Amino acid sequence: MRSITELLHDSPFFAGLPDPVLEQLAGCARTARFAEGQMLFSAGQPANDFYLVRHGRVAIELHNPSRGTITLDTVHDGDVVGWSWLVPPYLWTFDARAAADTSAVEFDGACLRGKCDADPALGYALMRRVSHVMYERLQAARVQMLDMYGAPM
Amino acid sequence: MTAATTQQPPVSRDPMVPRPFRVVASHLDTDDTVTLSLEPMGSDPLVFAPGQFTMLHAFGVGEVPISICGDPTRPDPLMHTIRDVGNVTHALVSAEVGAVVGVRGPYGTGWRPGDGVGGDLLMVAGGIGLAPLRPALLEVASRRDEYDRVVLLYGARSPADILFEDDLRRWADECRIEVAVTVDYAPPEWDGRVGPVTTLVGRAGFDPPRTLALVCGPEIMMTLTANALLGRGVAPHRMRLSMERNMKCGAGLCGHCQLREFFLCVDGPVLPYSQLAPLLDVREL
Repeated sequence: MRSITELLHDSPFFAGLPDPVLEQLAGCARTARFAEGQMLFSAGQPANDFYLVRHGRVAIELHNPSRGTITLDTVHDGDVVGWSWLVPPYLWTFDARAAADTSAVEFDGACLRGKCDADPALGYALMRRVSHVMYERLQAARVQMLDMYGAPM
Repeated sequence: MTAATTQQPPVSRDPMVPRPFRVVASHLDTDDTVTLSLEPMGSDPLVFAPGQFTMLHAFGVGEVPISICGDPTRPDPLMHTIRDVGNVTHALVSAEVGAVVGVRGPYGTGWRPGDGVGGDLLMVAGGIGLAPLRPALLEVASRRDEYDRVVLLYGARSPADILFEDDLRRWADECRIEVAVTVDYAPPEWDGRVGPVTTLVGRAGFDPPRTLALVCGPEIMMTLTANALLGRGVAPHRMRLSMERNMKCGAGLCGHCQLREFFLCVDGPVLPYSQLAPLLDVREL
């Protein structure tokens, strides 16, 4: 069985971080499994966690009373899920559902925040990675908003 | 609205006069998109290169440019996938088996996928942009051993809008083409990817310096895809985009399809990104 530090070492998200840093992060993490259909988190609930998907597929969903449940995004092997643990009031804004059996590394957000506060270099390294992924997701969301393949106006 | 005629007009030698073709099959691909199979009436099959288009004529209604989506090695029947977005396309998608439509062409430049032989070939399609790439995919599938990795990234609006599902399965299962499909929106029961097609570029399995990329879709999708490909290290002259403008004559005479120095009906529609990049950000073009 591989250690969490080894799992993080192989992840593109954590690429480039030295092992001592990965060990620090691993101290806030544990492995987790989600059966297909199981919720990782739900909108409005306290956002305490952050996930690195090892294998599987997670759907980010929004429930709109007039349109039902819509899948906004899916994340896959090697992707990370969840930003709300970083931003007050630390509440999830969307649902995340395992769309297939999924294995993940689950981080304790409060633990991570504490380590980032205590070690700004660690915090900066982590925030750079988080902000890059947030940038890509924001870009993707904007492109989706364009409805590129919709009927011509 | 006048429907497509069933009577055979005379065949003309004038290239500006549509040749009559009979509809021999009509396949409803999605709720607004139809693939027509056409056979020539009193003339030879229309030989074409992947990426070329024809001017399709609904008699009494008008004419529109439509990319050919069939197998270039089997030009009969001639196939076009048409989305119902206006008067002419509505008449065409409504044409029943036995109806006669007009065809001029083929026109324009092709994808020339053979330029990627010996390396990796990446095709990125958005929406109905898969249809103009289909002839290239069929050609590549028939000569699969001449390429290393062949990858198709396809983005559709929703699962209901995915085109050529049988082909996608066959290319993946039988032709060693790596097919990744994503949709912009999906209901919870969709078991595939959700997100724009540009998000697939970052993880797709190809070797950028050895890759020829063929991109077809809405212009904004092609621009964003080209940016993503640049980020992966694909050279601008190794990316080809199929541009869409108001094709009218098809012969470089009328200027309706002009994109600065290019008449897209003859210089395009397929052009290298190295030539298009300076033009894509110019709003007036």
